Amino acid sequence: MSVVAAAEPSKLADRVAIRSWRTPILLGVFALVAVVLFAILGPDGQATFRISQDNDAWQVPNLVLPAKAFGIVASLILVALAVAAWLQSKNQARVAKWVTMTFAVVFVIALMVWIIGGTKTQNITLVGLFAGAMLITTPLVFGSLSGVLCERSGVVNIAIEGQLLAGAFTAALVASITQNAFAGLFAAAVAGMLVSFLLAAFSIKYVVNQIIVGVVLNVLVSGLTGFLFEKIMKTKVDGVAIYNQPVHLPDLPIPFLSQIPILGPMLFRQSIIGYFMLVLVVALWFGLFRTRWGLRIRAVGEHPKAADTVGINVNRTRFLNVMAGGAVAGIGGAYFTLVAVSSFSKDMTGGLGFIALAALIFGRWNPIGAALAALLFGVAGNLQSILSLAGTPIDGQFLAMLPYALTILAVSGFVGKSRAPAASGQPYVKG
Amino acid sequence: MSETPSIPAPTPAPTPAPTPDSKDVKDAEGTRVIREIMSGNAIISVLAVLVALVIGGILIAITDPRVTAASGYFFADPGATFSAIWASVSEAYGALWRGATYDPTARTWQGQLGIFETLTFATPLILAGLAVTLAFRAGLFNIGAQGQIIMGATFAGVVGFQMHLPPVIHLLAVILAGAIGGAIWAGIAGFLKARTGAHEVIVTIMLNYIAVSFVLYLLKNQLKAPGSTNPISPQMDANAMLPLLLGPNFRVNAGLILAILAVIAVAWLLNRSTLGFEYRAIGANPKAARTAGMIVSRGYITVMLISGALAGLAGVTQIAGTEKSLDSEIAGSIGFDAITVALLGRSKPWGTFFAALLFGAFKAGGTSMAVNADVSIDIVAVVQSLIVLFIAAPPLIRSMFRIKAVRPEGAKA
Amino acid sequence: MKLELRGITKSFGALIANDHIDLVVASGEIHSLLGENGAGKSTLMNVLYGLYEPTAGEILIDDKPVKFSGPADAMAAGIGMVHQHFMLVPVFTVAENVALGAESTTFGGVLNLEDTRRKIREISAKFGFNVDPDALVEDLPVGVQQRVEIIKALVRNAKILILDEPTAVLTPQETDELMEIMAQLKAGGTSIVFISHKLREVKAVSDTITVIRRGKVVGSADPTAATTELASMMVGRSVSLTLNKADAVPGELTFKVTNLSVMNDAGHRLLDDVTFSVAKGEILAVAGVQGNGQSELTEAVLGLHKRTLGSITLDGKELVGKSVREVLDSGVGFVPEDRQDDGLVGEFSIAENLILDLYTKAPYSRRGTLNRAVIAKNADAKVAEFDVRTQSSQSAADTLSGGNQQKVVLARELARPLKLFIASQPTRGVDVGSIEFLHKRIVAERDSGTPVIIVSTELDEVMELADRIAVLFAGKLMGIVPGKSSRELLGLMMAGLNAADAQAQLDAPVAPENGELP
Repeated sequence: MSVVAAAEPSKLADRVAIRSWRTPILLGVFALVAVVLFAILGPDGQATFRISQDNDAWQVPNLVLPAKAFGIVASLILVALAVAAWLQSKNQARVAKWVTMTFAVVFVIALMVWIIGGTKTQNITLVGLFAGAMLITTPLVFGSLSGVLCERSGVVNIAIEGQLLAGAFTAALVASITQNAFAGLFAAAVAGMLVSFLLAAFSIKYVVNQIIVGVVLNVLVSGLTGFLFEKIMKTKVDGVAIYNQPVHLPDLPIPFLSQIPILGPMLFRQSIIGYFMLVLVVALWFGLFRTRWGLRIRAVGEHPKAADTVGINVNRTRFLNVMAGGAVAGIGGAYFTLVAVSSFSKDMTGGLGFIALAALIFGRWNPIGAALAALLFGVAGNLQSILSLAGTPIDGQFLAMLPYALTILAVSGFVGKSRAPAASGQPYVKG
Repeated sequence: MSETPSIPAPTPAPTPAPTPDSKDVKDAEGTRVIREIMSGNAIISVLAVLVALVIGGILIAITDPRVTAASGYFFADPGATFSAIWASVSEAYGALWRGATYDPTARTWQGQLGIFETLTFATPLILAGLAVTLAFRAGLFNIGAQGQIIMGATFAGVVGFQMHLPPVIHLLAVILAGAIGGAIWAGIAGFLKARTGAHEVIVTIMLNYIAVSFVLYLLKNQLKAPGSTNPISPQMDANAMLPLLLGPNFRVNAGLILAILAVIAVAWLLNRSTLGFEYRAIGANPKAARTAGMIVSRGYITVMLISGALAGLAGVTQIAGTEKSLDSEIAGSIGFDAITVALLGRSKPWGTFFAALLFGAFKAGGTSMAVNADVSIDIVAVVQSLIVLFIAAPPLIRSMFRIKAVRPEGAKA
Repeated sequence: MKLELRGITKSFGALIANDHIDLVVASGEIHSLLGENGAGKSTLMNVLYGLYEPTAGEILIDDKPVKFSGPADAMAAGIGMVHQHFMLVPVFTVAENVALGAESTTFGGVLNLEDTRRKIREISAKFGFNVDPDALVEDLPVGVQQRVEIIKALVRNAKILILDEPTAVLTPQETDELMEIMAQLKAGGTSIVFISHKLREVKAVSDTITVIRRGKVVGSADPTAATTELASMMVGRSVSLTLNKADAVPGELTFKVTNLSVMNDAGHRLLDDVTFSVAKGEILAVAGVQGNGQSELTEAVLGLHKRTLGSITLDGKELVGKSVREVLDSGVGFVPEDRQDDGLVGEFSIAENLILDLYTKAPYSRRGTLNRAVIAKNADAKVAEFDVRTQSSQSAADTLSGGNQQKVVLARELARPLKLFIASQPTRGVDVGSIEFLHKRIVAERDSGTPVIIVSTELDEVMELADRIAVLFAGKLMGIVPGKSSRELLGLMMAGLNAADAQAQLDAPVAPENGELP
């Protein structure tokens, strides 16, 4: 054989960088908004953030910021960061992560100061803001974790809303009948799994498009729970709706930890469902990225055929994951009726399942990312209800749009690179 | 190096294995779905409706206290249980049928003619169903009809109650505004899909919720009816309303004519026009469409604009046909029902029309069923979603009824 | 380990892909399966690997019958497979890919990737693979990805390694390296089943050759057997490898490509500063191993690439920056490389596919409305003219065989008066009978005075059709040589030598051993 001195046909050679202006443009727009709103139109007076509650172990003094001055400083920082991003793009580099991260944090803080400074009372209790946010965040986390489980294995789960609703209904019904909250919790998980079973059966066995199944399941669960609610839960015995009086899961404060300012009331003064959520987020993250189980699931979601050729049963893996996702979302649904409020009402999940979907995408299909996104969306949601009482410079409805708008920016590639599992949404048919 | 000729044999297998990381594969998946949805036969549709009604009937029966009571002594008197079941289900479905068509027992003669309520309910469903159908044929899932209806109704409403124009012109302006409102909203999704590859399903879902928040904001501020404490707009001008077709006793309005014209237009567009040829090619194989000189991104944008305009018209028929004023519930569940309508209609314009009539009948009959048989209208949502599930999975219905699959290509390689 | 297949039959509905195949692979031999595409080689191997269940027949390992219900069973029995399309997860590292399905774990199923990395380094050192266990697979060149696949099999202690068309995506140099690796594996006692339709490679490495045609074993041969003998066994009749075509009468140089470069989204040059021109009435064939810039070249001409530098002119008019529609309208006929992906809409009828890029033109449509009668009449005429075998011109295109689909594409693209005709892989996946027909139509188009560009990775097709041959390597033009150039010269150019260097190497005192020339 003759030896041929050949150049390696490497496509890495001779790199001509393509500049992307998306990030600098976005940051520029937001910086401009900041200059106008926070600095030029910044409210006079001070914004007070109350950190400690009276019964906290440590008393931290209130944080008082002059709103307008803070707005000016913050918007200058934001402009500087936008310029930095522009320079990085000009030098054909990717915009550094710290630039966008710092930008986001500074923007959010400045936004808070601006909003609080603009209210009549000009103060807000951070405990109320964050601890109250958990009422929204908790079901969001469960919902988005259900999405993580399904989508990481390659099944798109649009039916999170339905799973939450089924869980909420079943938990209320069973906890009312048995007068046992844990029975309700268990039944909610089963109900979530039933919805998942339909999703799995139709999308995996009958290869129906997963988005169609998800959309239809939401309608089905909404109709079914609505019908049964009218038929069963409204039945009154001696003037009491006995089938809609679930026993509640009590809060179980952890001694000492629950006294930490803000974090204590937020994380360590929760019901059993809340603690389970914390464990689940960490466990799922560890499971997905550090164990054999997770490696296989991710392989099934990225390249099912490759997984099949090394002896992994693709469709069984998907089926099990979708079922597990159903159980998780079902428990999240139970939070509505066993913790958050005292009874079931029609369509009480109110689209939270879709915000969970948004959190999943915004959190880049990562359990911890999804949980943080859920927290952000929860805070935004809670801020909206706090502000509706306090009177604000911006309407609460804009805060309500935030999760959806951010998700659109994320899927359009304006906020980082969000890459769904490659085989998500595609059925796997052998041969 | 020993060189020997190799036979001019082709290299790759005829069907290249899809690489899962390319986004075109997902488009191919959409193609498969379109084909599956469209290729099913009529008998499956009929059976799907039947099975769904049977399951609905079972639900009605087991939640009926008379049945529960009778089953308490089932072994003593099984006949009582069965007659209770019969009474329960026949009452409910009887009320449903009469409410949707003709009800001789109704107190008023207007109330007897439920068929016109069916047509009224069907009107926005036809238009929104067409929106979903059209986008679907171009390979896009428009889950956002809900938001587009809301935006259409909002635009139509602004023209309808804030402007004061002469007759006919005012109505035309309202219709145009509604179409534009829906088109803008869907256009965002089309634009993002074309320019950034953002998945239209996610974007349209998110836009649905943004639309609700947006309209709530307007209703609390700029569009709030004077003196009202609720987030509701003033009433539309009389000139801005779609004329009632059968006088003031019935709600059925000129929106129905608009909807039928839209069916004809979309049928022509898809089957006879070069634009529709382009959309269908893009939906079936975007890469081949691109190689043949079609501009796929422009196709995505324009088809979403038209689709959104159709959904916007559904919003017009809501606000200018039946509702008269704008509130955040203006779209009801029409946007989601539209998806099921399009699926039941197998993404064909006339199929969508008849599916919308059926679901309109369910809505009209469901109201009468709730009043006359004390069966919550929610059962209609259950039956509708079951129909779609069964239709989407023909093998399931086939195995239930042991129908042999008719495969055109004979074998699966 | 000895492997035996006895009477393996695999049918998909009415289609019989494997028909009573018997095969014995002795321990430590390289056994080649030779056959055209679609002959049933891959199906047979998928049966052996447990991906398909055989309709009839049995598999014996060391004379004991075994039954595989999935790839896991096959692997446990010591069978490893390197698929034609790599079965690697692009976003995983090498170590994760190798570990997948055979993970080393500590307590509770926690991954122990260090163990896998160690194994990869061991194997890598033993065979000189030079693979980094922590590299992301999507960043690796194709040749290295293939080595990762081989490592995957070896980590699982494969005693029999199936290589399915492993050289299709490799350069000649990488192919030589692979053959070295195969020899080493054989020396280490691994049996190899080598699947290919490339006679040179099969003859170079095999101990035994089994030829498969239309799902049946048609015989076995010795690697020393004559090439023509193997070729005729493979295709079933004696093959005439030359097309009778007259010499070209080149006219004016109307199509010019000047300093053309094409970048991908990441900014890498897929086509690098290419300059050439084509005259009226000649065929320029573009040769090269798959993936060296050929697709980018044709796509750039058609206007499918945004990131293009340089100039492409047809009759003096610039094509760069024009839309696909404008390029087609300026008289370019284009047969894409992958007809199912790019050339046809499978669910459209033949009639609709025949107007896929003509639908806006009269008489097929007027004022935005399609004229169905004209479209149907056109379809019937083309079906007759191009001998498309179908029941009706209203049948869906995906009911046609590959050859007939290609005839539809060609019929459409040749329907207009052309100023340039480009065909990529015009006969890929096409039966022998249709190949002749398609080639004749292409030559006829040349003879009518159209400049023609043929892109093909099949050297035989290039040599048959070309009046001049351009060779691409790593996106660069290695030179343009006359159509009657030697295989050796072309081979060296395809491996990255420019025309002059390649000629110099051929003329060097130690001449490479000479093979038979057609």
